[in-house]
Amino acid sequence: MSTTSTPSAGVGREDLERLAAHWEERPSLRAWLSTVDHKKIGRRYLVTAGFFFVLAGLSALVMRTQLGRPESGLVAPQEYNQLFSMHGTAMVFLFATPMLFGFGNFLVPLMIGSRDMAFPRLNAFGYWVFLFAGLFMWASLPFGAAPNNGWFGYVPLSDEQNNPGLHMDVYALGLLFLGISTTSGAINFIVTALKLRAPGMSLNRVPLFVWAIVATAFMVVFALPALNADNAMLFLDRRFGTHFFDPSHGGNVLLWQHLFWIFGHPDVYIIVMPALGIVSAVLPAFTRRGVVGYVLVVLAIVSISIISFGVWVHHMFATGLPQLSFSFFSAASTIITIPSGVQIFAWLATMLLGRLVLRVPLLFVIGFIVTFVLGGFTGAMFAVTAFDQQTTDTYFVVAHFHYVLIGGAVFPMLAGVYYWLPKITGRMYHEGLARWAFWLFFTGMHVTFFPMHLYGLFGMPRRVYTYPNIAGWAGWNLVSTIGSYLLALGVLLTIVGVVHTLRRGRPAPPDPWGGDTLEWSTASPPEPYNFPVLPRVHSLHPTWDARTAESTGPGASADRVLSGGRRTLLTSELDARQERAVAMPESTLKPLALAGALLLGFTALLLAWYPVAVVAALAVAATLAVWLWPPRLPEQEEVGP
Amino acid sequence: MDTTADTTRTAARRAGRRGRPRPLPALPAACGLLLLAGCSGGSPSALDAHGAGAIRVANLWWLLFWISVAVFVEVMALLAWALVFRRGAVRVRHGQPLRFVAIAGAGVPLLILVAVYAVGLRDLAALGTTSDPDAHTVEVIGHKWWWEVRYEGRSGATANEIHIPVGERVRVRLRTADVLHSFWVPQLMPKTDLISGEVRETWLRAERQGSYRGQCAEYCGTQHAHMAFLVVAESRADFDAYLARLDAPAPAPRTDAERRGQQTFVQGTCAACHSVRGTDASGRVGPDLSDVGARWSIGAGAVPNDAGHLGGWIANSQTVKPGNYMPPQPVPAAQLPDLLAYLRSLK
Repeated sequence: MSTTSTPSAGVGREDLERLAAHWEERPSLRAWLSTVDHKKIGRRYLVTAGFFFVLAGLSALVMRTQLGRPESGLVAPQEYNQLFSMHGTAMVFLFATPMLFGFGNFLVPLMIGSRDMAFPRLNAFGYWVFLFAGLFMWASLPFGAAPNNGWFGYVPLSDEQNNPGLHMDVYALGLLFLGISTTSGAINFIVTALKLRAPGMSLNRVPLFVWAIVATAFMVVFALPALNADNAMLFLDRRFGTHFFDPSHGGNVLLWQHLFWIFGHPDVYIIVMPALGIVSAVLPAFTRRGVVGYVLVVLAIVSISIISFGVWVHHMFATGLPQLSFSFFSAASTIITIPSGVQIFAWLATMLLGRLVLRVPLLFVIGFIVTFVLGGFTGAMFAVTAFDQQTTDTYFVVAHFHYVLIGGAVFPMLAGVYYWLPKITGRMYHEGLARWAFWLFFTGMHVTFFPMHLYGLFGMPRRVYTYPNIAGWAGWNLVSTIGSYLLALGVLLTIVGVVHTLRRGRPAPPDPWGGDTLEWSTASPPEPYNFPVLPRVHSLHPTWDARTAESTGPGASADRVLSGGRRTLLTSELDARQERAVAMPESTLKPLALAGALLLGFTALLLAWYPVAVVAALAVAATLAVWLWPPRLPEQEEVGP
Repeated sequence: MDTTADTTRTAARRAGRRGRPRPLPALPAACGLLLLAGCSGGSPSALDAHGAGAIRVANLWWLLFWISVAVFVEVMALLAWALVFRRGAVRVRHGQPLRFVAIAGAGVPLLILVAVYAVGLRDLAALGTTSDPDAHTVEVIGHKWWWEVRYEGRSGATANEIHIPVGERVRVRLRTADVLHSFWVPQLMPKTDLISGEVRETWLRAERQGSYRGQCAEYCGTQHAHMAFLVVAESRADFDAYLARLDAPAPAPRTDAERRGQQTFVQGTCAACHSVRGTDASGRVGPDLSDVGARWSIGAGAVPNDAGHLGGWIANSQTVKPGNYMPPQPVPAAQLPDLLAYLRSLK
């Protein structure tokens, strides 16, 4: 952790020393396990999610190799089915959302001018649960017991009778376990963004990235219970003989699909929305102007998060539900294109009115626009029921959602990685390596996935481990496979680039790009306490606004230094009026202990060691009791309005 | 033009009925740019449509495709404009062109999407029309991993092959015996799922004679990849003849080898799972084999239907289609040729 920053003019050396004493953690194993610092947790999320991305990507490479030629025997069907199930499950649940949570964790407190998340211990707990749940699911693969029913886990194929063994127990329990992490993270984002914003950061001055994270967090809170209910019912059906999904006993198999997609469609936006927020955060620095149409973009974010709950049936257009319902859901699925279009044109207008600085983060934004727009077209096509009935469950849909998810989420993430690497690591990345990584990634992506539109239209279904030698399938599949290796090379170069940055990168200044949000006013990497003086915000682009610097400069109000303990400032929800200082928790091992007890419990449930599960439940209760026992708080520091 | 993937096999199978091989139809010459148009050399392409439903969707696709091309060109032009003319020392203009964002990002797309939605509703209504009381009904039952096919009013069943009279609407009643499957013939009709505990309906109508490849489109477990079927559209006379055969017993053995093979079949383990009309073999677990010699493939599209593949399948089908429900058969090597001869004679 860097300790080299110069003291701000408005804050004395004594204040800085007290801040450092309260917030710094001396390196030790215990400190490593017990930290509640949002920046460390954010970095851990990014690294862990990146690791799961690599695992899921490697399983995709095996699949693409198998599909490179017809009737290939590289992997057996039972293995292939586990590979594609783990690929989808991991990419959606263990990579995309946690990666964006990593960005959010690192950036939200910095962007809103706070010293930490609202619930730092909950934050640490969320990370440990994510790590354990991810390992819980991946550990099943070497035992040949990984989920084998796709990421969507449809019944009755996932019930006990049709799918004996642990496969789908791993899936149901793993997702329930992970859901604890995602939900607690989401609640943390909501409260942090509503209560910890710097004074003056009224809702119309909140960075678009933070808007996107908050909207996403609300979607998580409303969508995830449907998935949790689904998985709880599945586990009860499988293990304890209930009949929620069993039509021979009055259950209904479509119930699973409704609940799954009530979660699953908003989930697409849960993945894409924060990534779009990254685009809105990156663009101003490389176009030299704020995103055009701030209000329209915010409205677009909010309307997407609402409409996305009304489109789930378009995943079920082939199930033969009544046509009238199709026409409603087709309309909703069509209309959700509009707010996405508004955002695209807001970015285009920003680029047209600004002055482009073609550095690597902007390259990735351009790659994003090209790719995401193509994915958007096919998305609008799927809203047309008749077309959906022809192409759903074919490679056309595989092409579509990879364009949306790689285009809409991975490109922005990589833009964000290069944009914030200097802030996160304190070092600059290697421009040449990064450009190679971009071009390999971009080319590989399109060579892999564009042909899938074609062989999807030519009648190739998805989720098949092999296919006959049909003209138009075999050739284009080989092209896809070649593309997937280019794509993998791009990922490899990205990893090399990040390692190079950590080892060899030259030291980064606090603000290498001229960014417009508050994180650029901190040291690179930021001090453990983020801001010596919590800034006062006067506009949408605080670091482009001299008044922000003045607010932390000479004569800065002492009630925003808060050096008398681990403290940050509470403000009002709408207009961010200063309310009072709050004490923030010290580092603690309780989050790790609670997550460990939960891991023991879920493992015991999986392996049907029910007595151990009871012990684990008691351990969870005991840890919670210790955690929630009212602490002796230091006296509250009074601050003026 | 013969439109199936397994052109050779299909042609050979039909040739078997007619007694002489039919030459392969020439593939269309210049594919080049037409790749997108579905000129893909005999693949079951949704764009090479020969059924009323699929033709409707193919036309819909071209409408959507050209709209997308137009909008994509517009967006890329703006992007290119920014990249070319908005770099370097261009003076930064201020002001918020909200009107541009609102019109280009919301207004224009809304108009396009309303039009597309209207067309989509029209096509949805057209695809859904199944209320034709005179239509012949075929019942298709999905199994892991093959298709059982039964015809209204006929006692016999067959597998993985659906015959329909060309140019006529045929109602398809869909059920599943186990998990979800999806019934899909890209060249004839978009897909309809088979839902456990429920019955769904769709219809087929082929505008031209020929064989059309269909495949399960809903992931259904280990061998989802090998759950293909064939829709054979033939003249009304051929269709009626086909239906008539479904009520008759399977052909009786004519040679000694076939007779011995039948004995092996009926008295051995085969009959536990399979049935052949007119014999004591009445197993219901696996496909009815009364016309197995005439079918286009073995294992729902897994391998071609010839003596070699059939022998391999009987000896150990797990090497052909791993995970299917037929265990390796302990047929003594001496009896296998007779069994093959019998099965091959069932057509």
